[in-house]
Amino acid sequence: MLHYPLWRRIIVIGLVVLGLVYAAPNLFYGRVETHNDAATAIEKFGATAEREADLSAWPGWLPSSLVNLGLDLRGGAHLLAEVKVEDVYAHRMDALWPEVRDALRDERDAVGAIRRIDAPEGQLKVRIETPAGMPVALETVRALASPVVTLTGVGSNDIEVAGEGDTITVQLSDAEQLATDDRTIQQSLEIIRRRVDEVGTREPVIQRQGERRILIQVPGLGSAEELKALIGTTAQLTFNPVVSRTGDPGTRPGARQVIYPSMDEEGIYYVLEETPVVTGEELTNAQPSFDQNGRPAVNFQFNVSGARKFGEYTAENVGAPFAIVLDGEVISAPRINEPIPGGSGIITGNFTVEESTNLAVLLRAGALPAEMTFLEERTIGPELGADSIEAGKIASIVAFAGVLIVMVASYGWFGMLANVALVLNVGMVFGLLSAIGATLTLPGIAGIVLTIGMAVDANVLVFERIREELRAGRGPARAIELGYEKALSAIIDANITTFITAVILFIMGSGPVKGFAVTLALGILTSVFAAIYVTRLLIVMWFERRRPKQIEV
Amino acid sequence: MRLKLVPDETNWDFFARLPITLGFSGLMLVVSVVAFFVMGLNFGIDFRGGTTIRTESTQAVDVGAYRDAISPLGLGDVSITEVFDPSFRDDQHVAMVRIEAQNEEESITPETVQQIEDALKTVDPAITFPSVESVGPKVSGELVMTAIYSVLAAIAAVLVYIWLRFEWQFAVGAVAALVHDVAITIGVFALFQIRFDLSTIAALLTIVGYSLNDTVVVFDRVRENLRRYKVMKLKEVLNLSINETMSRTVMTSGTTLLALIALLVLGGDVIRGFVFAMTFGIIIGTYSSVFVASAFLLKLGVKRDWSKPDGEAGTQFADVDA
Repeated sequence: MLHYPLWRRIIVIGLVVLGLVYAAPNLFYGRVETHNDAATAIEKFGATAEREADLSAWPGWLPSSLVNLGLDLRGGAHLLAEVKVEDVYAHRMDALWPEVRDALRDERDAVGAIRRIDAPEGQLKVRIETPAGMPVALETVRALASPVVTLTGVGSNDIEVAGEGDTITVQLSDAEQLATDDRTIQQSLEIIRRRVDEVGTREPVIQRQGERRILIQVPGLGSAEELKALIGTTAQLTFNPVVSRTGDPGTRPGARQVIYPSMDEEGIYYVLEETPVVTGEELTNAQPSFDQNGRPAVNFQFNVSGARKFGEYTAENVGAPFAIVLDGEVISAPRINEPIPGGSGIITGNFTVEESTNLAVLLRAGALPAEMTFLEERTIGPELGADSIEAGKIASIVAFAGVLIVMVASYGWFGMLANVALVLNVGMVFGLLSAIGATLTLPGIAGIVLTIGMAVDANVLVFERIREELRAGRGPARAIELGYEKALSAIIDANITTFITAVILFIMGSGPVKGFAVTLALGILTSVFAAIYVTRLLIVMWFERRRPKQIEV
Repeated sequence: MRLKLVPDETNWDFFARLPITLGFSGLMLVVSVVAFFVMGLNFGIDFRGGTTIRTESTQAVDVGAYRDAISPLGLGDVSITEVFDPSFRDDQHVAMVRIEAQNEEESITPETVQQIEDALKTVDPAITFPSVESVGPKVSGELVMTAIYSVLAAIAAVLVYIWLRFEWQFAVGAVAALVHDVAITIGVFALFQIRFDLSTIAALLTIVGYSLNDTVVVFDRVRENLRRYKVMKLKEVLNLSINETMSRTVMTSGTTLLALIALLVLGGDVIRGFVFAMTFGIIIGTYSSVFVASAFLLKLGVKRDWSKPDGEAGTQFADVDA
């Protein structure tokens, strides 16, 4: 007699039902999506009548997680950016220079006059007049170091100071570079996220990849170019003292000075002090507004330290011009008419309303800490995705129908039972994909189709065994039992090896390939479950009702 | 009446023409290697860097006019191919424009894309651009290495698994079959200059998994029969095992092929290369599990003393249902 304990029946049926319940929302994709969007909107912006109506499109007590459609199916933009973390080292050195200068000035008796000299990016080189004072100088500069606060960098300082002849070289220590890289990437991620969120698209993917790369995928965005424009702008805002104004781009700036073009006056260049008075990092707010002439402008507000620095500088330099610089271009260079103590101001330039709004958004979100280069970009139009879904659907249905027919033709009633398990199996794959929030890509659909083909394998193995046992003269119940028993090791070995390759694909692959690996791996899990437990349960239940004296497989 | 792809009882001798079958495999391998080195693979932008732009229009594609429009831009090597697919509508004309990498690191600039799109619009105002993909040479170089590593890692993992579950001879046989399948599939891609990209690697890994699936089923039966028929000649045990599993092999390969062919014909041109690799790989994987994996096992011989079935090697999973 075939034995199938009650507790196992309950678990098997329970798991299948659970899988199907999770898969169900995908049958009503559009409706559930409306519901989910409405739920997010209500949580973010509060309820409106329209949103409530959308929300009720799908009952709240049912699961509402859907299989995410990948970019290749939904359309959208994909970018892989590399962050130039070295930029930050240079900024850090620039920021350190005033401190080093002040500290060494206090020791002027020992070291003499000091001067910053040109150095490779990421280093600060200072020449002292009296080489004999080097030990004092080194000690003074080293006193500026602070310990690194990371798990791995315990015991090391953030800067390394070396002296040779009359030159002191300062650079970030290895531990601090690592910590800085990490912070830079985290900051970049955060800023990109804020900028992408301002555009308000659904489920953007913004994640770190490897040491210094960021992957950005935004479904539903027109093109990778738009995305690039949105996140690629560094929005590095600085306020620099103006040295001179010139029409000759070949003008050679002096030491620690730079030359930038003017944004709205063609052919005009400004020579500026390289070290800014204040930077955009010290902004607390920026709003689009209009100046007294009714032209679009941006209002900004500094934080306390920014306001103090700005106030002091403007008080000392009344009558002198200073430049507002955005990403290497001078937006405007107004004259300081009076000290500005409150820490708020207005940027006027040749803006359109849209430009001033964007600038305010970028300033509010903050500047990217470092420049980014784009290594990979893909744009997939929504129509192409829709075509792919359509083609994938038709192919899957045809494949499915073909397999069902062959199974019934080959194994009769047993084939029918295997088909029921196969249908449940595909349902469970979708249930699992939804439950873990996996992303379905075009190769992922191929993975499911492949699973349909391969899912019958375990059943075929069992049925062929049962046939052999029947031919060997065993009774129906015994043949079924032995069939399952003997096929098990082949089923497990065969599927574990395929599973191993799926796991390797998942670890090594990216994007669509990863999507394929996920569906393949889940397909293997559910098909083995379906073949070993579900088909068997179906056969046992049928056997108990009919109690056939002989069976034909 | 049942559909029987294979008669109930078969008694074919799969090793009667061993020199011919092994020779055939060897010849295919040689052709593949020659094709690989002489013709090279038609790498997609994933591995070579560069940009592909998919164009779609209601007007017929004029490759020459497209080329004339783009060449003044001085973008280096440009290749334009028209795409045909049964799933396209009558007035749907699709082409792929491929441009080599313009820079040593980065992907293409928005300005260049705009220039190309503008140039093509002068030829055909109705043209649209459903997808633009660009990969910088820096990433593509890494993708090549990752791809090679993943195929090697998959083969190594499988080697270890089979070695643990069976005997080393089985592992060598299985891996020989895998290398055979992967090499010949790559050879076919080189021979017919089918575009080889990341998804092809996914297909290759799936072939690794599938080919193995088949081989393992045969080996599992060989192991069982070796225990049952202690004095039967190895060649006969192998033949018996292959014959016994033949109907399953044909059935599973058949249903899988059925599903893949549906996808190949109806699944659209975007994944055709991927599905083709998989379809080809399944045919060759089925062939190799018999004619390569088992042949290797026959040549290598196998330890016949299974008196300690639960020793270090060859552990069998206990049947929880028993």
